[in-house]
Amino acid sequence: MAGVVQLGYVDYAVLILYTVFVLGIGWTLKRFMHSSTDFFLSGRAIPAWITGLAFISANLGAQEVIGMGASGAKYGMATSHFYWLGAIPAMVFVALLMMPFYYGSKARSVPEFLKLRFDEKTRAFNALSFAAMTIMSSGVSMYVLAKLFWILLGWNFHASLIASAIVVLAYIFLGGLTSAIYNEVLQFFLIVFGFLPLVLLGLKDIGWWSGLTARMSEAALRHVPAFPEHSLTRVWQPLSDSTNPMGVEWFGMVMGLGFVLSFAYWCTDFLVIQRAMAAESMSAARRTPLIAAVPKMLFPFLVIVPGMLALVVAPKGGVPVPAGEVGLADAPHPPAGQGVIPPKFDVVDNTKVYQYDAAGKPELDYDMATPMLLVSYFPAGLLGLGLTALMASFMSGMAGNVTAFNTVCTYDIYQSYIAPNRSDQHYLWTGRMVTVLGLALSVLAAYVASHFNNIMEILQLVFGFVNAPLLATFLLGMFWRRTTGHGAFSGLVAGTLAATLHFGLTQPRGATTLLKGGWLTAGHPLHVYRSEMALSFWTAIWAFSLCLTVTVVVSLLTRRNKSDEELRGLVYSMTPRADHGERGLAWYARPAVLAIFVLGATLLLNILFW
Amino acid sequence: MNLDVRTPTGMLFSLIGAILVLYGLISGPSEKALGINVDLWWGLLLVVFGVAMLWLAWRAGRRKRDAAADKPAR
Repeated sequence: MAGVVQLGYVDYAVLILYTVFVLGIGWTLKRFMHSSTDFFLSGRAIPAWITGLAFISANLGAQEVIGMGASGAKYGMATSHFYWLGAIPAMVFVALLMMPFYYGSKARSVPEFLKLRFDEKTRAFNALSFAAMTIMSSGVSMYVLAKLFWILLGWNFHASLIASAIVVLAYIFLGGLTSAIYNEVLQFFLIVFGFLPLVLLGLKDIGWWSGLTARMSEAALRHVPAFPEHSLTRVWQPLSDSTNPMGVEWFGMVMGLGFVLSFAYWCTDFLVIQRAMAAESMSAARRTPLIAAVPKMLFPFLVIVPGMLALVVAPKGGVPVPAGEVGLADAPHPPAGQGVIPPKFDVVDNTKVYQYDAAGKPELDYDMATPMLLVSYFPAGLLGLGLTALMASFMSGMAGNVTAFNTVCTYDIYQSYIAPNRSDQHYLWTGRMVTVLGLALSVLAAYVASHFNNIMEILQLVFGFVNAPLLATFLLGMFWRRTTGHGAFSGLVAGTLAATLHFGLTQPRGATTLLKGGWLTAGHPLHVYRSEMALSFWTAIWAFSLCLTVTVVVSLLTRRNKSDEELRGLVYSMTPRADHGERGLAWYARPAVLAIFVLGATLLLNILFW
Repeated sequence: MNLDVRTPTGMLFSLIGAILVLYGLISGPSEKALGINVDLWWGLLLVVFGVAMLWLAWRAGRRKRDAAADKPAR
């Protein structure tokens, strides 16, 4: 079996060592899990640098490592918008302005905060939709892991899937959120040390940054139809061209991604907020997103650049044939891939069938960009580390979702509606059982995902529908005391409906299935967007705007259901200004100073890569 | 919490680093990786990182023990 990636003993040694440590951390922490607060909130006792790294690691799942590499190959450096525009400003905002209410309210979850601020129905709406989303994303992480290890190494799909589920189950079951957070720190360093040599080797091979930009410019010009030369190497310049690879104009980018989608995710998604809530103090909670922002702004070089490299390198050792393709018959005239990125194919009767675009070029399997670069450059030894890093990213994504799921299910569904007023030990036990349930459902979701070709796109869409309106609810709830429970709930429903309707009435250019939009207009959409990305950004903008409008109107028409006293600590104007115990901190550890540093550095990166 | 996360992190990276260094010494430079002995050099870096983590954890632990030992005396 020549050419197939074969793992040596040394690679297995690294993978096994990692698994042993991950389980060992869970086992060691087991004796500290005495109450439900220990299990779900880590007893609110974790230092800021640890919650900060966990905050970023929980977000660094399969969608990030594989998806951002794929986007790097497709859209080039402009993918950094997802970091420098679509993450850092929102992370600073949640740290400075929202964390005082989340942490200060003593709410144990984001849905619980909604209950304190608004009412039961708003909480139930959010708890249910959030629980469903976490299961779907953890299932997708699991599915991508199993599929990737099957394609690259020929490992049995079912065995990888079940094994990864059991490892994650074991360490969360034993050590709860603390175990997840500690492992996320481990996973963070593994991802950095596993991907950094890949970037360095790839860049050295191609002649560092100038070599990469020269090759990427050629790739842009060669595209059919041709893009301007700077399309794949600059961040902001492509947005003012009439054609750019993303097909998004600057307003849609800034408003849709930079404001609605990014703020909606970083400010309301319990998956990340939970890490900050586990911090040891208010000031540690506020520093959590800011500490996380420092590596986050450098991640484009770690996850996007490998995708760009994959498109243009020509590794000396040749490109290995993935094990998943062994035994398949090839088409009579197989098309060439580009760089190390293979062409995309379906398997029909054990034969590869390729897909071609309108210009007659083969479609590339962009999701394979980063993994293929990895197996092309890493020799035995480092290959084990690289694969461990990939596995770590999938596991951190799964564990993040499962810990958020078990907390919301136990506190916001089980304790609120099914079995209130039980002993704390009972809820600790429930939490462990819900963890088992969560992973079982994730396995199920992974199998459902394996039947859909474009599961990632569907997932993105659902996030847009659920998260985008929620941002309006939180902004109004925290900064306008007049907002009522009825207002919030009807706004959320209206926002979700607006997203559905907008998606039904418009289409991206070249859409072939109704999954991509236009299901209400039967081929005569009201508006055609230049790309799917533009459609999803504008869906978010519409959902947010409608939720905002309806919440304001209904709030003005209904009576306030919370007194000023009840809103203390939940609404900006009702909360006395406190110094949050930050007076004793060194100047460089103060949230405001950190925020200015983070924003300044991000601005600099935007200008450097303009 | 009585487990400093730097302890397992330091241990894991020191061990992985040591494995890579040993393997790099046995196998020599790799053609795939541009003729560089990446296992050796990257392994050394991991060992340095791992040992630094262990040292930080050990120092923090000693401070904690000192503080605990001082308390009853006062």
